[in-house]
Amino acid sequence: MTTLRRTATVAWAIARKDAIAELRGKQAAISTLTFGAVTLLLFGFALGPDPHRLADAAPGLLWLDLVFAGLLAVGRFHELETEDGALEQLTLYPMDRRSIYAGKAAIGALAMLALGALLVPLVAILYAVDVVHALPVLALTVVLGSIGFAAVGTFYAGVTVRLRAREVMLPLLVLPIVAPLLLAAVKATTAALAGDPLGELPAWLELLAGFDVVMLIAGAGTYGFLLEE
Amino acid sequence: MRTRILGVAALLAVAAATLYGLFGVPADLNQGDAQRIMYPHVSSAWLAYLSFGVTALAGLGWLVRRDLRFDAVAVASAEIGVLFTALAIWGGMMWGRPVWGVFWQWDDPRLTTTALLLALYVGYLLLRRLSDDPVRRATRAAVVGLVAAIDIPIVHFSVIWWRSLHQPPTFLSPDKILHPSAPLPFVLALVGMLAAFTLAWSWLLIRRYQLARAELAREEAVRSGVVRTASTATRRPAALSGDEGSVGQSKAPAEVAR
Repeated sequence: MTTLRRTATVAWAIARKDAIAELRGKQAAISTLTFGAVTLLLFGFALGPDPHRLADAAPGLLWLDLVFAGLLAVGRFHELETEDGALEQLTLYPMDRRSIYAGKAAIGALAMLALGALLVPLVAILYAVDVVHALPVLALTVVLGSIGFAAVGTFYAGVTVRLRAREVMLPLLVLPIVAPLLLAAVKATTAALAGDPLGELPAWLELLAGFDVVMLIAGAGTYGFLLEE
Repeated sequence: MRTRILGVAALLAVAAATLYGLFGVPADLNQGDAQRIMYPHVSSAWLAYLSFGVTALAGLGWLVRRDLRFDAVAVASAEIGVLFTALAIWGGMMWGRPVWGVFWQWDDPRLTTTALLLALYVGYLLLRRLSDDPVRRATRAAVVGLVAAIDIPIVHFSVIWWRSLHQPPTFLSPDKILHPSAPLPFVLALVGMLAAFTLAWSWLLIRRYQLARAELAREEAVRSGVVRTASTATRRPAALSGDEGSVGQSKAPAEVAR
């Protein structure tokens, strides 16, 4: 119990450190949020002015955008550590390596939530989708999706952090892995917006939650090996 | 020598199974000659999944035992796996066009899962090529191979849900064709092809493993300065290759800790 509490404390400290650094610097946070917003605009241009087509495609577009912008976010929190050998120093602290993973995954999930808080209202406005009636379920979907994406993204950010080609390799490795998450999140969002006429919403949320648990365990179990290098 | 005998035997077996599949077995009543694609297609798909299972297990072996021979097995199996995955997808599309009327069937869980499998392991191989240090490469590859192997069943499962919650499939399932109740010649053709392909796979695996060991030995020789060839020095453009110089490691760890 005490080790678990210690892991959580250290993880929280790491997440807090990254949050402070990002909020003081601001450029990275603002550029990631702007990227997400601009991408929604471009989706609109790509699919034409037909409001029905945009509204139909809205759940898929929202989650694609979250995944793309999320890649920038989770990559960023590891990139922070490449400056001045910070990652090497971080690994010198006498602590469970899993707390580094947990801290980075937590701040990644928080960044995804911030993205969701911006993009969901934007989707509602730009694509003329009524989200208000489904807001609680939508929020739950975004929370579950954010945790799962951060779990996978943080693990792969750890894999690629020392590579020169990490900007290409991170999306290349993450995108095929998060396919089930994308699928479940889009289906859950679609069902929530339509008022769940087929009663399929719980199944998709369960799949999302299951993905989160499996990937958190897999990430926590293997991330430590990456820091031994 | 024994490996060469295995190679010749595999070649003959594949040739025999191909001839039997083409001329020995009657054409399927519903699908006609297109059904013959199933023999190499199912065999390729089986080897694709076998390869990535072996890669994941070999990666686990490396993490536990720290023996680079495990990593040599992992890369050998992954490369051959990518080959057979591509063959399986290609064969599936060639079969799907006449039977389903389309190359790609989005609600078929096998097809979509296999396509993601290909993407996952192409990424795996690229990651290996970008890592210069053998130990780092083996560790990265091992954990990525493990997580990919964990993800594959979830992908498959989610696509099954996707279509069953959405709309029931109406296409012909390959399982029905290959059901044990199929006439004996069909079963024989499939089992023969499976055995022949698996034989060829083992031969490829052994050869690629030997190659991986040789590559590792040369890397070691180059690193220790015994060999220095122009080809290894300029193998890849510097901008894309390998790891960044470990920042901050020039400081002695003890100094940093203080």
